[in-house]
Amino acid sequence: MIEFHLNGRSGVAPYLQLIHQVRHALRLGLLREGDQLPKVKDVAAGLAINPNTVLKAYRELEYEGLAAARPGIGTFVTGTLDGGSLAAHGPLRRDLQRWLARARRAGLDDESIEALFVSTFRSAAEEGIA
Amino acid sequence: MTAVIETEGLGKRYGRLWALTNCTLSIPAGHVVGLVGPNGAGKTTLLNLSTGMLAPTAGTIEVLGSRPAAGPAQLARVGYLAQHAPIYAGLSVADHLRLGAHLNPGWDAELARSRIERLDLNLEQKAGTLSGGQCAQLALTLAIAKRPEVLILDEPVASLDPLARREFLQDLMEAVAEQGLSVVLSSHLISDLERVCDYLILLVASRVLVAGPVEELLATHHLLSGPRRDPGSLPDGMEVISASHTDVQSTLLVRAGGPVLDPAWTVSEVGLEDLVLAYMSQAAGRRRRNRHLEVQK
Repeated sequence: MIEFHLNGRSGVAPYLQLIHQVRHALRLGLLREGDQLPKVKDVAAGLAINPNTVLKAYRELEYEGLAAARPGIGTFVTGTLDGGSLAAHGPLRRDLQRWLARARRAGLDDESIEALFVSTFRSAAEEGIA
Repeated sequence: MTAVIETEGLGKRYGRLWALTNCTLSIPAGHVVGLVGPNGAGKTTLLNLSTGMLAPTAGTIEVLGSRPAAGPAQLARVGYLAQHAPIYAGLSVADHLRLGAHLNPGWDAELARSRIERLDLNLEQKAGTLSGGQCAQLALTLAIAKRPEVLILDEPVASLDPLARREFLQDLMEAVAEQGLSVVLSSHLISDLERVCDYLILLVASRVLVAGPVEELLATHHLLSGPRRDPGSLPDGMEVISASHTDVQSTLLVRAGGPVLDPAWTVSEVGLEDLVLAYMSQAAGRRRRNRHLEVQK
């Protein structure tokens, strides 16, 4: 079972934060098809948020085909977002770790690393489109 | 569906002073309603009118379809938690539960017992020796175990420390999820309520300035920034709530029915707190101007 958290300063609506966290967990394989999502009551009580906010997030996930509600039991994961690529995560993560180590040796701090990654990611994505 | 609270031209006057004027509201059931406004805006007056502890000077009010405190049946459907978590200092926790059971026909003894157990309160302890957070939780237990359809809370977290505040709201939200009850709670701090409310009423200087579902309010208000210009030149259907200008730039908070299409503006979303503050300072500015005019006369 995953546990939700909220960032009050992010400016992102709480229901969207919940959706992002489910999608994120699906991508990383922390949630799989058939897993139960936390009960609405438990999320509302745990985060001190309006239960309607949780319901809205779950309805949106249902609409995207990622979850389904079983009345009286709870909401369960019915879809996947990893695209069958989970097996490749391990080697890719190791490559990335090696790259991060090189970046640090070259004297980059956290912010520079993030900026370099994001800008490279963006330009690669743009080339992909062109 | 019957409205939780429905008012029409509601007003309350104390002597020569109107604490609430021309208040017309219709709050649908199933919401957690935040009643927000500065101290002295009339929040407590509105809540006391809703519970029937005050009678209106003008207009009408109905709670769950009938006059507040119309009879025992109506009283049983409404829970009320007054400011400063009222408890009887000389009575023990167990006494409070017995009192609750005795006074409320729909009393849920099992719910009360399990809540007290989970809160780890000693049944024999005198309520006067409980901490502020524990008092609030005991009062909330009584209000929830009564099993009301609507629960009205006046500044429930104002006097609590941040941890007790969080725990109180957690338990309140759990009750909302489990029992599907409607809640109306007041606070002079929007940040207390931002996570829990899905309906907002803003009361300033005895008037309702804003009332509606939070989602709708956030979707119809935008923060615009762009090259300096006269707010009068904005298209119809756009109302300026607050505006600030430098010599080159204008920043406006506007209420707009549709999307803002003018490419000169950078449009960003507005948080609930900014929205409330903009309306409050707009009202304060108007009052200052009125006073100024009176002085000139």
